[in-house]
Amino acid sequence: MLSILFYLFAVVSIFSAFYVTKSRSPVNSALWLVTTFICFAVLYITLDAPFMAAIQIMVYAGAIMVLIVFVIMLLNLGTAVKKRYTHALVWGGGMSILMLIVTNFFIRRSIPTGTVGDITTQTIKSYGHTELIGRAMFTDFLLPFEIASILLLVAIIGAVVLSKREV
Amino acid sequence: MTPEVLSLSNAPALWAAAMLVKIIVAFSVLMGIVAYATWVERKVIGRMQTRLGPTMTGPNGLLQPIADGIKLFFKEDIIPNEASKFAFVLAPMMILAPALISMAVIPFGGDYHFTFHGVTYLIPMQITDLNIGILFILAMAGLGVYGIVLAGLSSNSKYSLLGGIRASAQMISYELAAGLSIITIFMLSETLSLSGIVAAQKEVLWGITALPSWMHNWYIFSQPLAFGLFVVGSMAEINRTPFDLPEAETELVSGFCTEYSSMKYALFFMAEYANMVTISAIATTLFLGGWDGPFYGWINFLVKVFGFMFFFIWIRATFPRLRYDQLMQLGWKVMIPLALGNIVVTAIAVLLWQ
Repeated sequence: MLSILFYLFAVVSIFSAFYVTKSRSPVNSALWLVTTFICFAVLYITLDAPFMAAIQIMVYAGAIMVLIVFVIMLLNLGTAVKKRYTHALVWGGGMSILMLIVTNFFIRRSIPTGTVGDITTQTIKSYGHTELIGRAMFTDFLLPFEIASILLLVAIIGAVVLSKREV
Repeated sequence: MTPEVLSLSNAPALWAAAMLVKIIVAFSVLMGIVAYATWVERKVIGRMQTRLGPTMTGPNGLLQPIADGIKLFFKEDIIPNEASKFAFVLAPMMILAPALISMAVIPFGGDYHFTFHGVTYLIPMQITDLNIGILFILAMAGLGVYGIVLAGLSSNSKYSLLGGIRASAQMISYELAAGLSIITIFMLSETLSLSGIVAAQKEVLWGITALPSWMHNWYIFSQPLAFGLFVVGSMAEINRTPFDLPEAETELVSGFCTEYSSMKYALFFMAEYANMVTISAIATTLFLGGWDGPFYGWINFLVKVFGFMFFFIWIRATFPRLRYDQLMQLGWKVMIPLALGNIVVTAIAVLLWQ
């Protein structure tokens, strides 16, 4: 059951990722990208990471892609932006096949030993994924978390300064 | 001998059957409410404006929603030549689906005891209890924007485009305020699961045992500000009347759905009312104790949901539409700072008293 779901959503996500690049209208590209994100969210759920799935949909599909669509709408990009065929397609295809071979090589290089870490499916079931992530973020990874928040704060201030030239 | 109480996970076939029944019942009740919400809205607004509302079709105009549905169903379905077809057809579905999906995690009532072959099973009156319930609802609310944006964009008409731009700016702004106001609820209940939140609200009010036992700890009493922010924010998010700028009839000829006709137009209307039901159900679950109350389980829930729906209709009859700059000012300069302040105050209070 789980593997059928995995293959279904993997195929759909690859298919839609391909159509992100192939589709000629920018809006349709954006829609295919949203489909890819939703498939990723489903894959996260099958990996016992429901919090990641919710965040994936909320942040990527719900916020970032809406902004991208908003920009497309404001710029009013027509369908003629992408030409049907460019040489970039060949190079891109070659690169992605190369990446696939390299990834495959690295995955197959080692043999799984079967040892598991602290966090198993049972731990996630009993504590909850959100609680585990929260605890890790505010205890073990406090410093990186604070650094990331300062980085975001700087970005927000930068955006305000850039968009508001004269006060 | 006390009967053994089992959860349904011990009986897969029964689990599937119960699931199907729950989905069908929830869906059909939701659709019924959606259909008759249009009738109630016309009647109530009519009465508030000293008119009668629909009276001709059936007794008291009760068959009006069915007549409207049949009329829209048989109208010609027009797709403009210049429209981008795929997105144009997709948009009405994209706006209706998230509203319906959100109902999947809302608890309608207490556990139902069901006896089958002498064994009692426990059926929760909730389609599925995700332990990320609220996040799931927020995620679906985020996806709801796409319907309107795509409708505006794909119609290839200037009114639709303006409606779509307004809608996306408005929905992003108010989603933030509504989402931030919910955070205080997780802080108090310490769970994201909606049935867990309902269970947390059944305790004594503010943990003071001297108060009478029928006063339950509904979060509207501890978080009145969050409640107000959530209701206003979600009304703006679903484009209900003081915030219906994306479909302003007078200036944008109904905005993003100008080019739609027939069943696709009907889907937009259904989505509006389905969103209203969903928002009412979420507000009931988060702030009014869900199915907790004087009557039997799901009756309490329905009473509260209908109360909210009446409130939304009442607001529609009362308030004029906001101007666009007022809308943005309210969202970013009033509601988001208030929501953030509420989070800080609640965090300090939780640290001190819990």
